[in-house]
Amino acid sequence: MAVVAFIVFSLLYLTPGDPAAVIAGDVATEDDIKRIRQSLGLDQPFLVRFGTWVWSLFHGDLGISIFTNLPVTKLIAQRVEPTISLTICTLIVAIITSVPLGTIAAARAESKTDRAIMGFSVLGFSLPVFVLAYLLILLFSLQLQILPVQGYRPIAEGVWPWLKHLILPSLALGTVYAALITRITRASVLDVLAQDYIRTAQAKGLEERNILIHHALKNAAVPIITIIGIGIGLLISGAVVTETVFAIPGIGRLTVDAILRRDYPVIQGVILIFSATYVIINLLIDLSYVFFDPRIRY
Amino acid sequence: MSTPTLSSTGSYFSIAHWWSFASVRIPALYQRYPFAVLGAFILLAMIFIALFAPYLWTVDPQAVTPLNRLKQPSIEFWFGTDALGRDVYSRVMYGARVSLIVGISVALLSTLIGLAIGLITGFVRAIDAVVMRIMDGLMSIPSILLAIALMALTKASIENVIIAITLAEIPRVVRLVRSLVLTLREQPYVEAATASGTPLLKTLIRHILPNTMAPLLVQATYICASAMITEAILSFIGAGTPPNIPSWGNIMAESRSLFQIAGYLILFPSIFLSITVLAVNYLGDGLRDALDPRLSRRM
Repeated sequence: MAVVAFIVFSLLYLTPGDPAAVIAGDVATEDDIKRIRQSLGLDQPFLVRFGTWVWSLFHGDLGISIFTNLPVTKLIAQRVEPTISLTICTLIVAIITSVPLGTIAAARAESKTDRAIMGFSVLGFSLPVFVLAYLLILLFSLQLQILPVQGYRPIAEGVWPWLKHLILPSLALGTVYAALITRITRASVLDVLAQDYIRTAQAKGLEERNILIHHALKNAAVPIITIIGIGIGLLISGAVVTETVFAIPGIGRLTVDAILRRDYPVIQGVILIFSATYVIINLLIDLSYVFFDPRIRY
Repeated sequence: MSTPTLSSTGSYFSIAHWWSFASVRIPALYQRYPFAVLGAFILLAMIFIALFAPYLWTVDPQAVTPLNRLKQPSIEFWFGTDALGRDVYSRVMYGARVSLIVGISVALLSTLIGLAIGLITGFVRAIDAVVMRIMDGLMSIPSILLAIALMALTKASIENVIIAITLAEIPRVVRLVRSLVLTLREQPYVEAATASGTPLLKTLIRHILPNTMAPLLVQATYICASAMITEAILSFIGAGTPPNIPSWGNIMAESRSLFQIAGYLILFPSIFLSITVLAVNYLGDGLRDALDPRLSRRM
């Protein structure tokens, strides 16, 4: 985490663009710019600035947005709900489609079903999120007119309007993710199916369904859970794009706006928060292995 | 490359030789790896489009003709025209250049740099600890986000797009190479080389390097595919290829607000982008199956 913080900070320090000049505008004099730079502490040396930044970080202070003059933490807090809703819906969509598909593909390995599922999975990888998003809008919103084109409703306004606005974004975002999980599920279930205890179960005359769910899938869980964690990174990057296409006022949208305005404190804050989430989720996933595989101990 | 002549039939450089070679080998390959061969052909077609874009019945992709604004696809304008009256067909054809240049350069650069770092970290313990912490740090920032941040720092240009995506991809290559090197260095032939006093550099180049090639080649194709998607995403959110160069992502970004009245503006570049990425992915899958039969059964 410390390394991340350092990288994020130095990245933005090495920027050629001067935020002071951006705030001051076109008519500002040299003196104005110098004054703004001083008030923002931009004239301090690198390590001093990094020190102050880390110090305030520990106090839960991510600085103040250059553009809107609001604290970055507040800006992010305002935008958290849509992004979390989107991520959770996407996770649900992706997991309930991909795990069964991957298991079926493994159980019917080398068959037509398997080929078809794997073919779709490669397709899912190759379609960029926004392409899929536009295709979905075209079909469901413009042709069939059953779902809204863009926008977001907070969950406080009712569950159905909220869900209605999230269906297409989650489908678009979930496909890439589902493709990834399907592949890993298939590989890992195939591995387990080659084990002796599966043959024992088959010899006992257990139902195939039963074997697949209780014996195979349970033992194949660790790689699947791992890829779900790694995929969170994909989800975060995808959220930035999806929120842009569907005009959802989430953190992703905030990132894009901040980049276009060169609002460094916001960019720093957002990337740090995203990376922290990613690291923490993956840590939790590492710890959850104990649940799925009692042989693992820490 | 020298141009083959018909007079030297039978020699290595003749068309006849290559034709007989191709007519036997390509169907055989197609039998075994249908999707990979298909992917290779589509990729070759895209390279052809990129190289010969000016000769494929295109007009200047930047030529603005306000009279022809937002024309639907027709015989005159195959893919229609955009809000400034520019010919979308020409823009899409020229756009192939950006995607391919970015995809191929990122794949080459990140594998080469990642290979160098991975070889050294895998072999030299002291450097390993430090470098891998930095790589872990870089990896914990999702790659597209890192590329976006890097692009936010610099001004928009194709070079910067390539550098940003390359930097974001390097850690993954380093991890792959390092894990390969860690198993390879325990092999008896490497120990034998070290025991007989082979210098470190020579061991790396002669014994380790060749054994990392197959997985690395497969990885490079996947990087190429993901780099093309990343470029399109960067351009799409306005942090990528500068707007004066037509790229598939740019064409889509410019048409974002016009989507409901002129869907074709988004449709054509996205079809091309998806097909190209799909082709590269199929090629990668085929290469993996061909180079590592053990994996092919599983994945």
